[in-house]
Amino acid sequence: MKGFCRVVWVVVRKDLTVEVRSLEILSTTIFFAVTVVLMFSFGLVVEGRPLEDVAAAILWVAIAFSGTLALGRTFERERQNDTLRALLLAPADRPALYVGKLGGILLLMGLVELVLVPLVGLLFAAPIFDQVLRLAALLAGGTIGFAAVGTLFAAMLVRARSRDVLLPVMLYPMTVPVMIAGVRGTAALFQPTPDVAVAEFWIALLVFFDVVFITLALWTFEPVMTD
Amino acid sequence: MTADLRRLGVVDLARHYGRRKALSQINFACEAGQILGLLGPNGAGKSTLLNILATLLTPSRGRVEYGDREAFEGGADTRACIGMLGHDLFLYPELTATENLTFFGQLYGLSGVPARVRTALETAGLAERADDVVSGFSRGMRQRVALERALLHDPRLLLLDEPFTGLDQASTAALVERLRERQRAGCLIVVATHDLDVVDGVLSNAVFLRGGRQVSDPGGEGGLRERYKRAITES
Repeated sequence: MKGFCRVVWVVVRKDLTVEVRSLEILSTTIFFAVTVVLMFSFGLVVEGRPLEDVAAAILWVAIAFSGTLALGRTFERERQNDTLRALLLAPADRPALYVGKLGGILLLMGLVELVLVPLVGLLFAAPIFDQVLRLAALLAGGTIGFAAVGTLFAAMLVRARSRDVLLPVMLYPMTVPVMIAGVRGTAALFQPTPDVAVAEFWIALLVFFDVVFITLALWTFEPVMTD
Repeated sequence: MTADLRRLGVVDLARHYGRRKALSQINFACEAGQILGLLGPNGAGKSTLLNILATLLTPSRGRVEYGDREAFEGGADTRACIGMLGHDLFLYPELTATENLTFFGQLYGLSGVPARVRTALETAGLAERADDVVSGFSRGMRQRVALERALLHDPRLLLLDEPFTGLDQASTAALVERLRERQRAGCLIVVATHDLDVVDGVLSNAVFLRGGRQVSDPGGEGGLRERYKRAITES
């Protein structure tokens, strides 16, 4: 277990160091996410009033799109100098490598959401501070589920020629349950009177999805990475 | 438990990508303390063979044996004994030379990583550039850092894919000397290369490949280049 945690930490720290040096993924992902939200706000906010119940959907669309971008770029970085092969050649637990890559992507997506959530709150008059902890739980649950599947697929596709096309094609259908849970749970919290019971139901479902997805990913990462 | 890498055996090895045969009917063996050359034109299957030896690719048929054990059975124990220098250098251009080596040292769970990294960079003649990011290095300098990365954990099996690419004469001579030193230390070394003049006299044995098939070593008079020409053209 100590060795597993060491590998996870070493991989996360390396990914963060590379990102801090280049700021490439963070800046492009935030820019993309903000652009998506702004575009929707131009169409769906009329005379300062947003359409009902759109804030939650727009928030999750922006998370999914920017998350896909972050996943693709993170593994493109490992492909360029074939460093993924070097990682796989190390005598480290392959699932620990997966968790390390997942950790780095979660941190990136978390930073993007720190910008995204207040922006959606501001532009769509969403009450983001009314149920902060439950909203955070929904975001965490949804992001973990999305990134867990995405990290596995992005790693699998790293040597595929049409990886940029295949990643969303494979990822979005698989993460539909996560997206539905995220949107419905967030919409319940963004109502004038938050429906806490409904939100908690979706949070519980997200925890279930996360456990299933991470277990499956840990189980399949080693065989799918050995060609 | 560490893997037994005193002997490498390749038995009836084949690798197919769909209907395309990247490798077929490859058979050879070598012992610790030998340097084996994988020689052949582009597309001959040298890199595919190296990836199979590194346990990164599974063969479609046949097997690779390390000692009396099949290579893939060893898992992490086997990988801990393998050092690989790929055609792509397995380095992060945004990190410094020290950070790159430290990352891999920690990933391999080595002890005394800072001291190992310092020694490795001194050996590579890059101690003064230790804190410079690798993206600012020339190809030759990156190649030297990559070689140190492959040797950092003192592997028993060293797999080198075109290790002389981008090296000047002095660095080439230094690399050849490094290979001889590892050979004397009992390391088993497999080199895929086109630099026949450089490795002539260095290799203990050579496997000639063409179009994914092993062709027989014609032997006879002349240097490695002549043998290579005869093997590849006459097969």
